[in-house]
Amino acid sequence: MGDGQACTAADVASAIRAVAEVVTEHKVELSHLDREIGDGDHGENLAKGFTAVVAKLDDAVPDTPSAVLKLVASTLISKVGGASGPLFGTAFLRAASAVADRPELDPQAVATALSAALGGVTDRGKAEVGEATMVDALYPAVAAATAAAGSGTVAEVLQAAATAAAGGAASTIPLQARKGRASYLGERSIGHVDPGATSVTYLLQSLADSAASR
Amino acid sequence: MTVGLVIVSHSAALASGVVELAGQMAPDIIIEAAGGDEDGGLGTSFEKVEKALSAADTGSGVVVLYDLGSALLTAETAVELVDPAAAERIRIVDAPLVEAAIEAAVAAQNGSDLAAVAAVAAGVGTHWRQEGQPSDGSASDQDAAGEPEQDTLAAVAVVLNPQGLHARPAGQLVRDLAAWPDTEVLIGKDPSDMVESDSVLMLVGLGLVKGDQVRVTAQGPHSREAVDHVVGAFADGFGELD
Repeated sequence: MGDGQACTAADVASAIRAVAEVVTEHKVELSHLDREIGDGDHGENLAKGFTAVVAKLDDAVPDTPSAVLKLVASTLISKVGGASGPLFGTAFLRAASAVADRPELDPQAVATALSAALGGVTDRGKAEVGEATMVDALYPAVAAATAAAGSGTVAEVLQAAATAAAGGAASTIPLQARKGRASYLGERSIGHVDPGATSVTYLLQSLADSAASR
Repeated sequence: MTVGLVIVSHSAALASGVVELAGQMAPDIIIEAAGGDEDGGLGTSFEKVEKALSAADTGSGVVVLYDLGSALLTAETAVELVDPAAAERIRIVDAPLVEAAIEAAVAAQNGSDLAAVAAVAAGVGTHWRQEGQPSDGSASDQDAAGEPEQDTLAAVAVVLNPQGLHARPAGQLVRDLAAWPDTEVLIGKDPSDMVESDSVLMLVGLGLVKGDQVRVTAQGPHSREAVDHVVGAFADGFGELD
């Protein structure tokens, strides 16, 4: 990892490898959450996608942070089934586009990328806060990251995002799902944490841990 | 060139079935199936959609129809990632899949442009909703049934096809009558229940069976040709008689 605050392409790539480990570690739990209100494949699908990402990073690490994020996007889109592939893929794709011209990501750029990722998810999924989706984790995460970017390090920005995401994910428990397959359950979806919001939280916490440990 | 169609479904069998059905009505257009996940199981595959989009686009654009849920997300993501010039020629339409595929295929076969094919597909849901209502005097029926005007020609034909006016002959009729876009042709059993002959589904929805008497009216500069053609086509059993 570099000495400065900013993240290089190699930093981003190693953080993504760590995300892949975390997602794989939690895949049974994520699928279990999904089984209660969805089709029970969220953890396996996401783990399959990130495993494929790692295989591509093993081949070659792209030159810029943006190119790494784009590789993640295209791989998740093609390997992760259901709605998660397009949603996570679009998130990474928009994040990649938002920082396309930067050789390194400073705290501000990290917040910008997260904000663009949220825009991708809401464009694609049409979900708003309070509908028990990954937006419930990502929206407060972006707000916290943006607030922290003024003075914090990359690690602090990501930790602020992860902490806010965890709170947002917990907030989905009493909510009735309004989007996706869980919405078919109507009121029976109440009382369950949203799997997508949970995986967003794990992902952000993993990124924060990687940034803090470098 | 003609507008192409892409059918995105969670099921490979469903997608190829829709392609088969719509293809019967529109033999000359490209209709691509993008069904099932990468392994052929239930799901949608970004790569299949991407390939289908590229195969269906001959430069005149592509209308994408989908079954449900994440099929839309996969289609939208694929459109976001294609070349921007090609993306401008893609319309994803939210409509009942089977019905929209048939209507859009026929419209494309008739040479309608991208906007028109997309509009026809999008209008299918509206047809269905209207048909669900009693047809004893709703606005559209009034329009259709209105008193014949001066340059309106009318004739009566008889259904000779053993299977009645099913989808294939209905599709043929719609295609043939597209030769006279300036002339409005209405078909029905009852003057109060006439439908426009530019919709396969509306024609099939008449439920015409062998032996039914069919009223044909045409209004416009080519009303004579149109009426003669329709009467002739019924008399010929749409080529289905031995």
